[in-house]
Amino acid sequence: MVQDLLHSSPGLANFAIFFLLGVVLLLVVLGFVTYGILAERKVMGYMQLRHGPNQLGGNWGLLQTVADVLKLLLKEDIIPKLADRPLFILAPVIAFAPSFMVLATIPFTDKFQFADIGVGLLYYIAVSGLTTFGALLGGWGSNNKYALLGGARAAAQMISYEIPLVMSVLGVILLSGSLNLNDIVHAQKGGWFILLQPIGFIVFFIASVAELNRTPFDLPEAESELVAGFHVEYSGFRFAFFMLAEYVYLFAMSALITVVFLGGWLPPFAFLGFIPGAVWFSLKFCVVIFVYLWLRSTLPRFRVDRLMEFGWKVLLPVALGNIFLTALIKSLFF
Amino acid sequence: MIRTEEMLLNVGPQHPSTHGVFRLVVKIDGEIITEAKPVIGYLHRGTEKLAENLQYTQIIPYTDRMDYLSAMTNNYVICHAVETMMGIQVPERADFLRVMAMELGRIASHLVAWGTYLLDLGATSPFIYAFRDREMIINMLNELSGARLTFNYMRVGGVKWDAPEGWVEKVRDFVPYLREQVKGYHDLVTGNEIFLDRVTGVGRYTKEDAINYSLSGPNLRCTGVKWDLRKDEPYSIYDRFDFDVVTEESGDCLARYKVRMGEVSQSLNILEQACEQFPAEGEILAKVPKIIKAPKGEAFVRIESPRGEIGCYISSDGKKEPYRLKFRRPSFYNLQILPKLLVGENIANLIAILGAVDIVLGEVDG
Repeated sequence: MVQDLLHSSPGLANFAIFFLLGVVLLLVVLGFVTYGILAERKVMGYMQLRHGPNQLGGNWGLLQTVADVLKLLLKEDIIPKLADRPLFILAPVIAFAPSFMVLATIPFTDKFQFADIGVGLLYYIAVSGLTTFGALLGGWGSNNKYALLGGARAAAQMISYEIPLVMSVLGVILLSGSLNLNDIVHAQKGGWFILLQPIGFIVFFIASVAELNRTPFDLPEAESELVAGFHVEYSGFRFAFFMLAEYVYLFAMSALITVVFLGGWLPPFAFLGFIPGAVWFSLKFCVVIFVYLWLRSTLPRFRVDRLMEFGWKVLLPVALGNIFLTALIKSLFF
Repeated sequence: MIRTEEMLLNVGPQHPSTHGVFRLVVKIDGEIITEAKPVIGYLHRGTEKLAENLQYTQIIPYTDRMDYLSAMTNNYVICHAVETMMGIQVPERADFLRVMAMELGRIASHLVAWGTYLLDLGATSPFIYAFRDREMIINMLNELSGARLTFNYMRVGGVKWDAPEGWVEKVRDFVPYLREQVKGYHDLVTGNEIFLDRVTGVGRYTKEDAINYSLSGPNLRCTGVKWDLRKDEPYSIYDRFDFDVVTEESGDCLARYKVRMGEVSQSLNILEQACEQFPAEGEILAKVPKIIKAPKGEAFVRIESPRGEIGCYISSDGKKEPYRLKFRRPSFYNLQILPKLLVGENIANLIAILGAVDIVLGEVDG
């Protein structure tokens, strides 16, 4: 449906439909963010012998996040006197906007995808890199020393981990022969890429945790070192934007891993094909999310210099070796 | 033209990882520390000066508030000092209760040190596990003394309350439980690559440095000095128990961590033996005069608290208040090596090193 619309001549009706679809996706993602945060708090609570939110919205705390977001929206908007005003205001937007842009190319099922562009994977990685500017500008514009350190860490971390991230999916691209996410899913009919590309998957997963700034790579906002890192001066809805960006990326990255390595909407066995693709997709997606939450409540934080070393001296060579190995096997046996 | 500038960073007094109101003024070049200056005194209450106008029994609650994570040892050191001056013999049952309370306190304190240290390093769960087990200890001490943190349990000549029925059994059951948990803690944390990476070789100092800076407790034993007052100058009834003094050789943060974890196990051994030998009945308070007056003269006693040697010096002119009271507070002395350790480290290591010293601000500031 979307494809037909894309190829039809532009008009007001088309625009309205696209706008509506955009709003629908926005709501889906916001719904996820709301309950993703709740899930994180519940899972962490469970792992840490606590209940997690259990007051607002019944025992499951179903309205807790809604209340939290409302609180953030209603709070006074504080801009530090000596902050660089334009940058300070711009930074959350820069951090947030790309997080929604990347969602456009992700095929949630075989029908539900906004833009089936030829270089979907490349587009995702390129656009998601923009978010770091938000962290960097926020850290710089806040005129706060902790924020500055956090922003500098964010920039350094992005450079170190974007590269292994790209290198690790090259193996997948070699096997599928396409940068298009739909083609990548279809290429996994014979076997998921997590099985065919185990090394690539491990490197990609580690680099993705670093991309998402989550424990054990949450250095830009390391609360026990830099208090809150780059967003230490932010409050109210600007802070909410940073948090929103973080969780939308969690959503997007988990979806991307599902698509690239776990076969997207494909069932694990062909005879299970009667169950709709959306169910498979969300099941796999939930597993990936759970692993992220699990990591967060288990691991301590990396040290900043070790993080660089790990990225450049371990992940990058391993990813390069993986490309070489994949190319070798492919040219010899296929 | 590109130039770099040194930055002055105030870590604390309000910072999540300074364990209280400790302030550290650091000069950093990028993230590398070129100079560090600790600023203390935000929690100073003048315990020693206040004590000059208080009777000996009235001083005991003040000591609870010095090292508030291990108040029992503080209680003991003041009582022990007065008893030494007056030559009071403490009844056996009271001694057992005191030792058990102190060892439980030591375990509780080391559990907090473990949990908060991991929190400093960015792992959130160990903190909660540590506090679950500490809660059980706190509840036991609560049954004993009626308070969860500021026990005010010991008196000159013995203890205030006898153990309630079934208390010793509770402690006995707790020992195997915690042994099992500690094993789990080692599985979760001690073998973790990221953790080892954060602490191995960080904040290293030598045996000579440790002695010259007058460090004590785990901060001293992590360099291989086998010095524990419970063994080397046995007080109370510690000579009746069989336990090891845990030492490590490397003198880094990992060694300090390992010494503390080892001490938890050793304290459990002591508790186990104390439960076995616990006298069925007996007095809990020696015959002491209604108003305690230490004889003219002075005395200095020292014991092993979880943080190191806590000492108490009393100078008395024969009145019911001390003429001068002085505590040797181990956290204060252990902190002195910090500026030396921090130069050349980065911010992440600053937190790791500070956390491994295991300070309690109530004790640093007195």
